[in-house]
Amino acid sequence: MAADMLVVQELNKTFSTPSGTVIALDRIGLQVKQGELITIIGPSGCGKSTLLKIVAGLDTDYEGSVRLNGKQIDGPSIEKGFIFQEPRLFPWLTVEKNIAGNLSLKKPDIREKVTELIELVRLTGFEKAYPRELSGGMAQRVAIARALLRNPDVLLLDEPFGALDAFTRSHMQEVLLDIWQKNRTTMLFVTHDLDEAVFLGNRVVMMNPRPGHIRKVLTIDLPYPRKRASQSFQELRHHVLKEFEKVEEPAIDHGAGI
Amino acid sequence: MSRSAWKVKSVTASEEAPDWLSRIPKPLHGWILPVVLIAIWQFVSGMGYVSETFLPAPSVIAKSFFTLAASGELFQHIAISMYRAMLGFLLGGTLGLLLGLAVGFGKLAEKTLDPSLQMLRTVPLLAVIPLFILWFGYGEFSKVLLIGLGAFFPVYVNTFLGIRGTDAKLYEVSRIFQYTKLQQVTKLIIPSALPNILLGVRLSLGVSWLLLVVAEMMATNRGVGYMIQDARVYSETEIVFVGIVLFALVGKLSDSAVRLLEARWLLWRDTYRG
Repeated sequence: MAADMLVVQELNKTFSTPSGTVIALDRIGLQVKQGELITIIGPSGCGKSTLLKIVAGLDTDYEGSVRLNGKQIDGPSIEKGFIFQEPRLFPWLTVEKNIAGNLSLKKPDIREKVTELIELVRLTGFEKAYPRELSGGMAQRVAIARALLRNPDVLLLDEPFGALDAFTRSHMQEVLLDIWQKNRTTMLFVTHDLDEAVFLGNRVVMMNPRPGHIRKVLTIDLPYPRKRASQSFQELRHHVLKEFEKVEEPAIDHGAGI
Repeated sequence: MSRSAWKVKSVTASEEAPDWLSRIPKPLHGWILPVVLIAIWQFVSGMGYVSETFLPAPSVIAKSFFTLAASGELFQHIAISMYRAMLGFLLGGTLGLLLGLAVGFGKLAEKTLDPSLQMLRTVPLLAVIPLFILWFGYGEFSKVLLIGLGAFFPVYVNTFLGIRGTDAKLYEVSRIFQYTKLQQVTKLIIPSALPNILLGVRLSLGVSWLLLVVAEMMATNRGVGYMIQDARVYSETEIVFVGIVLFALVGKLSDSAVRLLEARWLLWRDTYRG
């Protein structure tokens, strides 16, 4: 088995608000292996996005240990690709220039990789289009290509398909799986969509709020491509749903680890 | 009842409107109003109701224009006026851009420079003219300096505004992709501030023309502003009009030039186009 690439241990995060301190993350522990696709699911306020921002290095104000390839994370870098809920493209750049960003398209190897990635995210023909000409799904695919160009060790996705309609979303999920199967990029995928979590993840990390903690981690053994209508899929989905229904009752275990 | 009748009428009117307009080529649409007004003006003047010194006919103004042009006098005036306006604009605009960038990027520059500049900005420029004359006399220097001072503020304010208007979300993206400081400036902040900077340049050009006339009405013996002032003294109203038309034409041309740049550089903008 491959070694753990990303290790989170005893991670605590508090916010201070006018009405006192709020514990956003409580003793989070998580190990991710090279090439895994982890989905993190939980209701709003459970700290799933906060966890992702910490791993990205966008938030360095935390206690505990967050290590990528053995190195403590202390700031953003290209090793940690990030996809936001919005595409966040530069409106004055064409699709190909958005993907290239601060890298020069004049370099043959960059040009070649950009062309490859545009094909991978199924945007061939739109190289010269401006963001305003793209649909939400297309723009988000540009953002994915932009992150992949930097060959990140881990790709962090923060509810990337949350703003898309149901049809576009399921198409995007297939595109993402396709990319994952071809590139084997390690991914941490935050979502609030149960279906999405079970459809995509090798493992589903379930989080609960007040304070934000990991309630349970469920391994999904179903082979890809998964059939949503299949009985085994529905059973697993049901299992996750039941976990969250239990939360309404007072939580018994505050188990942080896996 | 009356309400519905009004409605029907307005619908038919709007349907008819594009009909006659569509017969005229599109680039000429902007000319319809001026041409109609000049035609009425010429007609009324021809009837002899208006005194020549009060409002000369367009044909008289045109004749005066060609006489002045033929003698070469007109071009001398235009040349010196253009020179003053452009020099002042370049001086003020460049300084405005540089200081706007400095204040936009640096907290220290913002805290130390901006309050003073904002205070200076509220002083009506015309109030400074006596001071300029006392300090620098009536020469070219004080004219160019006055225009420069006026051209400075629009570029300065809008550059500053544009830089601070950069989307924090895009800034986060540049951090993740490890843009260098220089790359953040050249590849994120300047492009996103460009619409504001160009707006500043357009406003600044307008102010330059305005102050040019003011500057040329201080003692001088050349320039379009002088030509107007001189014609007024001798009641040559048609020459006053020639000067005004010249300002309108040159002003319009310079504005169009900047708009052309906008159209090329800001193609990406997703805004309401009417």
